Amino acid sequence: MTAAVLFQSVSRHFGAVRAVDGVDLSIAEGEFFAMLGPSGSGKTTCLRLIAGFEQPTSGHIEIFGETAEGVPPYRRNVNTVFQDYALFPHLSILDNVAYGLMVKGVGKAERRRAAEEALAMVALPGYGARKPGQLSGGQRQRVALARALVNRPRVLLLDEPLGALDLKLREQMQEELKTLQKTLGLTFVFVTHDQGEALSMADRVAVFHDGKVRQVGTPEEIYRRPRSRFVADFVGSSNILSPALCAALGLGAGTASLRPEQISLGPATGDRIGLTGRAVSASFLGPVNRLTADCGGERIVAALPAGVALPAPGAEVTLSFDRSALHLMEDA
Amino acid sequence: MAAVAGLSAPSRTTGTTGRLSDLLWRHPRLLLGLLLGPPLAWLGVVYLGSLAVFLSQSIFAIDDFSGLITYEPTLATYRQLFSDANLDIIVRTLSMAAVVTLASIVVAFPIAYYAARYARGGWKALFYLGVMLPLWSSYLVKIYAWKLILAKEGIVTWAFERLHLGWLLDAWLALPVIGGNSLSVSYTGTFLVFVYVWLPFMILPIQAALERVPGSLVEASADLGADPRQTFRHVLLPLALPGIVAGSIFTFSLTLGDYIIPQIIGSSRLFIGQAVYAQQGTAGNIPLAAAFTVVPIVIMAVYLWAARRMGAFNAL
Repeated sequence: MTAAVLFQSVSRHFGAVRAVDGVDLSIAEGEFFAMLGPSGSGKTTCLRLIAGFEQPTSGHIEIFGETAEGVPPYRRNVNTVFQDYALFPHLSILDNVAYGLMVKGVGKAERRRAAEEALAMVALPGYGARKPGQLSGGQRQRVALARALVNRPRVLLLDEPLGALDLKLREQMQEELKTLQKTLGLTFVFVTHDQGEALSMADRVAVFHDGKVRQVGTPEEIYRRPRSRFVADFVGSSNILSPALCAALGLGAGTASLRPEQISLGPATGDRIGLTGRAVSASFLGPVNRLTADCGGERIVAALPAGVALPAPGAEVTLSFDRSALHLMEDA
Repeated sequence: MAAVAGLSAPSRTTGTTGRLSDLLWRHPRLLLGLLLGPPLAWLGVVYLGSLAVFLSQSIFAIDDFSGLITYEPTLATYRQLFSDANLDIIVRTLSMAAVVTLASIVVAFPIAYYAARYARGGWKALFYLGVMLPLWSSYLVKIYAWKLILAKEGIVTWAFERLHLGWLLDAWLALPVIGGNSLSVSYTGTFLVFVYVWLPFMILPIQAALERVPGSLVEASADLGADPRQTFRHVLLPLALPGIVAGSIFTFSLTLGDYIIPQIIGSSRLFIGQAVYAQQGTAGNIPLAAAFTVVPIVIMAVYLWAARRMGAFNAL
């Protein structure tokens, strides 16, 4: 099957800055694909390369099997939901949503009907007569979504669309986006720096760092088997065990990651591995509490369930975890 | 010690300045009045007042025999204003102002667009310098320089001949109305100099308007399938319209009122400004000069009303 979006060693350099550096990607049709990374990691530039706002310095991009280089944005069957929504301030909500149909020459009655329909889909029926300035951030976000979807794009690009919303609204929109994507069967490419958002929404995640893709996989793969220290650190939090400790535990050469929630307090039983050390600090966080311990020079963070009594700083502690919780990483 | 004393209420209200600033702080309206009073008195009494007195002269008329003003309200002066010769002057000035404004928009828009969307750092500084620099030198010097540039022996004629295009210039000058013996004595010359002199007043407002259009709007338009021409028509132009209207108010009203450029460059036929100058000076017909002055004011009022009706200020 042809990939919805295909990157073959794509680079985009701005002078000496390698914003995107030799990226290979294949996004399948109907997939919810997240590009995750810190700011400046090249994820937004990748999105702009798909949209056509940027041209690659080198490499090759295909959208549904068609070469994308040299094709202007207005000839690509992809649409973008912008981070700042980019609604036209001088047009009514209805005209904003109908814009794509208007420039394609669709008749007035027809585009009016389609725009009303799209507004109903994002739960904003009857808002057509207002101006963007009269809407709240969440409502504007929905209008931007309707304006993109009304064109029936083959790929929908979303550039940190939930970044400006408050927590409650963001969680609600995450649900809605996910449902929308499933019902429409569209390919979504979603850029975010929020790992929680990427893990909870995406079918697959690409982790970006310094213009390169560090790992691509399902959220579970990325979380359980991070390939590098960067991914282990950026996606969730992780203990990085030094090569010396890995060797002592009989894991082999390299560093390993260990998720804090995999560690429990108390001596090892059965197949579990135990570490003794001294408690450094303990903090109360609510549902889980965090214990930091010093085990022979290694700093280990454990996330303990609320019921477990926290040892006082300085007290001797024994931590244990399952051998399978350790994940040896391919590169440091 | 001093440090401890500082903890109690700071008592620095000694001295007249201190007491004055406390007074103004407590009565902000007094401060506002002091700041706005003098300029408002200047504008209101000296400027608007004398303008009103001058304009009110237009309802009187001059006695043809004695040359004295008869202080009885009459429409005779306005009848005189709409005589064929004077109507010619009004139509001529109005057409020139309209053509100059249109040409200024066409020339200014790309410059303003480049400055607002592409120029950064040093280039932006260079842009401002380039636009403002002509305003630093005397208006008269520039106009006389243009007189030389456009003269029959000037650089424009020379350049056309060097490019073997002298025939083109001759053909243009042979055209009725806009032609003449040389550019410097034709309406074409007057037009060129008007556009040159007023151009900064068009570029700056358009640039300011475009500066406020986020780049993502242009990208969104392209993303939704609009080609550059459609993006210009449906996004850039409507959002730049307040700037274009502001700029055209400058170019239009400045052209309507100017009497120096058409006197130095162009045919000897009069523009409104020259007519006012001649009527209140040599002819001593103050009522007619006042009536002529009413014309640009009425035209500008109609223009602003029409611009408002067309929604030019909606995006503000």
